[in-house]
Amino acid sequence: MIAIVDYGVGNLFSLQSSLAAIGAEAQVTADPAVLRLADRIILPGVGAFGDAAQKLRQSGLADLLVTLAREGKPILGICLGMQLLFEKSFEYGEHEGLGLIEGEIRPIADVIDAGLKIPHIGWNALSFGAEKHPLFRYVEEGECVYFVHSFYGANCAPAVIATAEYGAELTAAVAKGNVMGCQFHPEKSGKTGLAILRAFCEGVATC
Amino acid sequence: MITKRIIPCLDVRAGRVVKGVNFEGLTDVSSPVELARYYSENGADELVFYDITASAEGRALFTDILREVASTIFIPLTVGGGINTLADFDRVLKCGADKVSVNSGAIRNPDLIPAAAERYGSQCVVISADVKRVDGTFRVFAKGGRENTGMEAISWIRRCVENGAGEVVLNSIDTDGVKKGFDLEMLAAVCDVVNVPVIASGGAGCIEDFTRLFHTVPGVDAGLAASIFHFGEVQIRDLKRAMAAAGIPARLV
Repeated sequence: MIAIVDYGVGNLFSLQSSLAAIGAEAQVTADPAVLRLADRIILPGVGAFGDAAQKLRQSGLADLLVTLAREGKPILGICLGMQLLFEKSFEYGEHEGLGLIEGEIRPIADVIDAGLKIPHIGWNALSFGAEKHPLFRYVEEGECVYFVHSFYGANCAPAVIATAEYGAELTAAVAKGNVMGCQFHPEKSGKTGLAILRAFCEGVATC
Repeated sequence: MITKRIIPCLDVRAGRVVKGVNFEGLTDVSSPVELARYYSENGADELVFYDITASAEGRALFTDILREVASTIFIPLTVGGGINTLADFDRVLKCGADKVSVNSGAIRNPDLIPAAAERYGSQCVVISADVKRVDGTFRVFAKGGRENTGMEAISWIRRCVENGAGEVVLNSIDTDGVKKGFDLEMLAAVCDVVNVPVIASGGAGCIEDFTRLFHTVPGVDAGLAASIFHFGEVQIRDLKRAMAAAGIPARLV
């Protein structure tokens, strides 16, 4: 069973539907017992980092997620959910994240060419490093996925497993052992997105 | 490289897609779900659904349809038509819409865009403007293009963006339905004053109209059309290939 963490942030309709479409059994939950029981966890999220991090902490889910991650449970963060895995964010102030991925979240305005529109919104092609991460085992380099974001993962080079070019090479996905994250929305990225969710749900070999 | 988006627009009345559609392989040519799947599989980057029903029953039917589309099609969905309040935003977002497009609702109530942007984020709020030339100036029209509001269009669109709209759909009434190409002059005027995605609408008649659009007005992010896709005059697959061949970044499927 896949647990989708429900901490009052964002709309989970598409994520639930896309998991159903690939035949994965998923449960939206804030119940620690269910999260402990789950085979894998997806941490979704849209909105502001500070607000979301606070909600995760207040509900006690932040500590639980860190514990479960350290125990080896596969976790996939999506969009803001990926950003929350980082040590901290500089989105309107400075906020502490879960610290599962080394690096920080910074405005894309710091690195992209002036004149490019913000947010980075739309379909952009994925580039992989020298080695393709198992999360992308059903995906070819150059396939497009759907992004909507104004902040990005910075100083996280060892964890980067995919990038997208938007006036700079922006972090598109990260992984460190059993902890993974996508800046883009796999649940809105057509067949490519479903293939990435399928790989995560089937299990990623390096976990 | 971010790709230029191609967006088919579907008008839905009483749960059915309006305007005849005739594709091979489609058993029900006016089923929003079947059409959405067809477009999604053939390269559409996003879909826009306009609810053109006026009745409450029709509205409920529309959200049922939307829920069904959103649970089978996994590309961004924009919903418009009859969006006047935050409750309307809520109603369609809960059914799987990713973005909500406002038109007359924003003209009637200037607070709608800022309130929606604050609650749901700018990325969720699309201003859809029907614009027509009147005595050499661009004017905003309401009520499906029937009523001249008298407002100057370019500054009004800029104000909507400053107030929180995260995307602009510019529908030129002058070129709409003429099939002689998009309104490049009007689009360039809007791209000059906003720094959010601009979607061109109205006037597409053939593949070259899209390549000309993206070459001539590089600030335009997407091209939207209805009948040329519905009637099969342009296949999105062919359009995407032509864009790529012309050096325009496109998502090929």
